[in-house]
Amino acid sequence: MKVTRSKDFWAGLMFIAFGVGFILVARDYAIGSAVRMGPAYFPTVLGGLLTLLGLAIGGRAFVAAGAAVGRFALRPAILVVLSVVLFALALRPLGLVAATAILIFVGAFGGSEFRWWEVAVLYLVLIVFSVAAFYHGLGLPFQLWPAFVGR
Amino acid sequence: MEIFANLGLGLSVALGIQNVLYCLFGVLLGTLIGVLPGIGPLATIAMLLPVTFTLPPISALIMLAGIYYGAQYGGSTTAILVNLPGEPSSVVTTLDGYQMARRGRAGPALGIAALGSFFAGCVATLVIALAAPPLAEVALKFGPAEYFSLMVLGLVSATVLAHGSLLKAIAMVVLGLLLGLVGTDVNSGVQRFTFGLPELSDGVGFVIVAMGMFGVAEIMMNLEHEGRREIFVKRVTNLLPSRQDLKDAFPASARGTAIGSVLGILPGGGAMLSSFASYTIEKKVSRNPETFGQGNIRGVAGPESANNAGAQTSFIPMLTLGIPGNPVMALMIGAMMIQGIAPGPQVMTERPDLFWGMIASMWVGNLMLVILNLPLIGLWIKLLTVPYRMLFPAILLFCCVGVYSINNSSFDVLVMAAFAVLGYVCVKLDCEPAPLILGFILGPLMEENLRRAMLLSRGDPTTFVTKPISAVLLAIAVALLLVVIAPAVRKRREEAFQE
Repeated sequence: MKVTRSKDFWAGLMFIAFGVGFILVARDYAIGSAVRMGPAYFPTVLGGLLTLLGLAIGGRAFVAAGAAVGRFALRPAILVVLSVVLFALALRPLGLVAATAILIFVGAFGGSEFRWWEVAVLYLVLIVFSVAAFYHGLGLPFQLWPAFVGR
Repeated sequence: MEIFANLGLGLSVALGIQNVLYCLFGVLLGTLIGVLPGIGPLATIAMLLPVTFTLPPISALIMLAGIYYGAQYGGSTTAILVNLPGEPSSVVTTLDGYQMARRGRAGPALGIAALGSFFAGCVATLVIALAAPPLAEVALKFGPAEYFSLMVLGLVSATVLAHGSLLKAIAMVVLGLLLGLVGTDVNSGVQRFTFGLPELSDGVGFVIVAMGMFGVAEIMMNLEHEGRREIFVKRVTNLLPSRQDLKDAFPASARGTAIGSVLGILPGGGAMLSSFASYTIEKKVSRNPETFGQGNIRGVAGPESANNAGAQTSFIPMLTLGIPGNPVMALMIGAMMIQGIAPGPQVMTERPDLFWGMIASMWVGNLMLVILNLPLIGLWIKLLTVPYRMLFPAILLFCCVGVYSINNSSFDVLVMAAFAVLGYVCVKLDCEPAPLILGFILGPLMEENLRRAMLLSRGDPTTFVTKPISAVLLAIAVALLLVVIAPAVRKRREEAFQE
């Protein structure tokens, strides 16, 4: 098996990237001393530790054949994340009612089956529940409608 | 007998009409989300966190606690009827519970799970009442060095208990510690790792991290292998176990309760670990281990008692030391902070009504669960027929609304999406997210106590081993690590020799 297909290899790489990243950013802060630790002290130590752990984990991939990275099901993963991102971007300008529609329809598209009428019913139930429970019931400060519609 | 006076005070608080209602709401909601796979107590409590602000502190805590242990009850229903764990802590219940259901014994399986949980809940409540006061007394003597060592022990046990590679679990803890440091450094006021974003100056809320890595990432995983759920039993009749069943199940249930009570107290422990340990032990002590996996009632009674006991005793470190042993307890601490209560050993003396009221409410809640759950099983079965493709958009919406409403911030929702991606990648690379969350929660606390301890000892790191309590805590941590590493090393060596 090629090393680049091993889970250990990529996990190690990920930890090294985070470890080195934290050390590099922490260089901008004061390190201080063991008695009076500066803001960079603890993160630098931890970053070094993480890098070492990453090297050990990644190194195993070269010694023993571990499990290979499985298939990523990209469609559901991307659609789920996309729906959350779109919800976040739409919530302020468009209001809860429209943002929820985007979230539900884009997200549901990532499921195994997508039936328009089913998702539409689901959306209606959820938006009625959300407005009743979150907006009126709990008094969460949402904007319901798009800003340009007025109130 | 002080304990009875204390429990009496607790009961008088817990039996107040308002608190009974919140307890009922909590355990019902907990059971509901326990039954449904794909949404757990963590996401639910996180969503309700902003709401608890408007409640009296004791009612809020009683409700949130009810969600947690209620979920343990609900999880077993799904495990037995559908062969899917409703909660991670009921994974092992699927092994024998589902087999019992296939043999037409779904009723007794559900019955024994509920009764075992109730028994465990009662014992665990007593354990908390007995163990918490002396522990809180010890905790009052804790200085920064002791707190630091305690957290090291907590993190070590979290890595030891995580399944899979130990190295990866440690790395996830360290990554969590680092991510927890994002934000303003309390000592110097320097903005660390914020990349100039004002939204990050307070750090990333752990609710956001938890919802991303557990809530949303889990949906991404579930959609990947979305199978059809087959409900084996449409109607469950005859829930009461026979006398023989009770005779078989009771020792297992008692052992499970003991295991759960001990493992729950360990930081990093809790419901899931307890159930796994109990199943392993039941198999070991059984005279016919081959009957496990074929519908042995002990394989249901043991783990189901253990997970409920573990869920409840995991409150002990939170209530006495102010240290969260698992992510759910971290949320409970969050709920206390919202109410202006600093968790720690002083809660017991300053707010005895709160402390004992919460403990007594657990017993009340367990009683409600066992009475309510058996007749409600028909309703839960109906719920399970809702396909996942209808459920996950709803869960997604609740995650988003929950995270948004903490700070009314769209930015937080984006951060949650980022952590969802990280969580998904980590699971794909066999790195369990739970240790990361624990590290994330403890990161700032650990740095703070490390700094203070080193300042007090004038930079002498031996302070951690010369103070007796701290030394003992560290020794336990080292011993735990050795216990795990030793067999692995031996095994590797044997394999090498065989070649």
